[in-house]
Amino acid sequence: MFKFKENQSSAFLTILMYIMVILFLFPILWLLLSSFKPGGELFDYPLSFLPENPTVENYEYAWTTMNFVRYFLNTSIVTVVTTLLTILASASCGFALAKYRYKWLAVFFICILATTMLPTEVIMNPTFTVIQSLNQYDSLAGLIIPSISTATGIFMFRQFFLSVPDDLLESARIDGASEGRIFFRLMLPIAKPIMITLAIFSFQWRWNDYIWPLIVISSPENYTLQIALRNIVGADSINWPLLLSASVISILPMVVLFFIFQRYIMDSQATSGLKD
Amino acid sequence: MIKNRNAAWALAFVGANIILFLIFFLGPALLGLYYSFTDYSGISASFIGLENYIELFQDSSFYGALFRTIVYAGIGVPLIYSVSLGVSLLLTSSKTRGKGLAKIAFFFPWLISPIIAGVIWRWLFGESFGFVNFILGSLGLGSVPWSSNGIMAFVVLFFATVWIGTAFNMLLFMSALVNIPKTYYDAAMIDGANTIQKFWHITLPALRPTSFMVVLLSVFNLMKEFPLIQSLTDGGPGSDTTLLVQYIYETGFNQLNIGYASAASMILFVLLMSFALLRLRGEKRWEN
Repeated sequence: MFKFKENQSSAFLTILMYIMVILFLFPILWLLLSSFKPGGELFDYPLSFLPENPTVENYEYAWTTMNFVRYFLNTSIVTVVTTLLTILASASCGFALAKYRYKWLAVFFICILATTMLPTEVIMNPTFTVIQSLNQYDSLAGLIIPSISTATGIFMFRQFFLSVPDDLLESARIDGASEGRIFFRLMLPIAKPIMITLAIFSFQWRWNDYIWPLIVISSPENYTLQIALRNIVGADSINWPLLLSASVISILPMVVLFFIFQRYIMDSQATSGLKD
Repeated sequence: MIKNRNAAWALAFVGANIILFLIFFLGPALLGLYYSFTDYSGISASFIGLENYIELFQDSSFYGALFRTIVYAGIGVPLIYSVSLGVSLLLTSSKTRGKGLAKIAFFFPWLISPIIAGVIWRWLFGESFGFVNFILGSLGLGSVPWSSNGIMAFVVLFFATVWIGTAFNMLLFMSALVNIPKTYYDAAMIDGANTIQKFWHITLPALRPTSFMVVLLSVFNLMKEFPLIQSLTDGGPGSDTTLLVQYIYETGFNQLNIGYASAASMILFVLLMSFALLRLRGEKRWEN
């Protein structure tokens, strides 16, 4: 009797969980299925769940019109370069904050903490002025440089290097290694898991970013994917066949990355304390 | 001597971040504060004192955006909280099967940008072509004005908000849930506690630090929501879903009323900062 009740509640909870799974997956599944329907079938009532004449013509269309390759390339350049620089800047900064005791460092740590309270959304206009006066307006460099610094990345490395025993540094110093050598040869290699985790986060932040390109970029040849997609969806009459397939293409790199590095993201211990 | 050399190294290690902080954070922040006291419109700025702020407090479109932002956070955050907690309870329960796949499904929206999330939900809830209205129509329930009625547009916005907001909070809850000592539950079982009592008296109190963080982080993120709405509703119908950041963007970049937009930014900043400070205080308290 007891056993029966146990099984029943187990089945009930599992079904409940999978109803939630379907609710979460359906929107993305509907996007995917629709993107394979020819333009005429998209609005053909009654709607069919599966495409009746599946086709990739929307994808060809997206890839050949609207300079899509260009946007894809721009986004890739910005994402990869920023991520590499972010890792280097965050690792060295986190290392210094964890391993040196100076008053000015403690002050700077509070400054970094303060940046988490003032998101870019609140200083859009003055940021635009600064970018413009540095002659970085409408350039990919203007998109990359301001995004290098991230409080989350610095916190992650600081937290990690705090857990590395000071004895390790001291013995390397006694052996005559310079601080730079200690950092690059000793500290960076052991911080590899943190580097990978931050790389994935930075990739997601930059690939999906909207605010910075919106402020910095103006000419179509410098568009990132998000800005290009926003322009399609913001048009007076939306070109849905184009929008659906372009959206799927723009998600793909994140999906591939996710399935390769899943454990680094989903390991909830490593990500606790992260935001966004 | 050695100490000084180390100080030079330390400066080299943090140098890049210090420069970026000064140019792209402190600079714009001070400039924004200055703009808010001027009538800057892109060409010249003259100091007008508190005029922008006084005007702001009499501006009904600003109040509207502020009010909608508060409503959005006030309803959206409890929704995100309950769904994230519910889903993570299912994912850590010993009774559910097939957790691996389910966890990926709940986390998946994290990969998707707010712009595309807006596209996805707009497509699903299209008034004359969307799947949801098609199903409702087939069931004889008629079609719902998802995009031409302000309240319905907000409902769709909440769906999309919860959809992308669950992933990360779910991970936070899960790591907290697996860390609750099992002995608590064993002891409660011996005392004859039922599932609801265990949840109420053990799980929820143990989750307090995490709940606090989830709520405040979500409030912070929802108060500054912008790209999702840009692609989902574009602030419409009319300005029914226009929130503060979009209001600031339109005032500052489209109408070039930069001084005025900066004053509105400062109000948003004060709101965001109070939630951030509250969170820091809470985190300090639970760390000790």
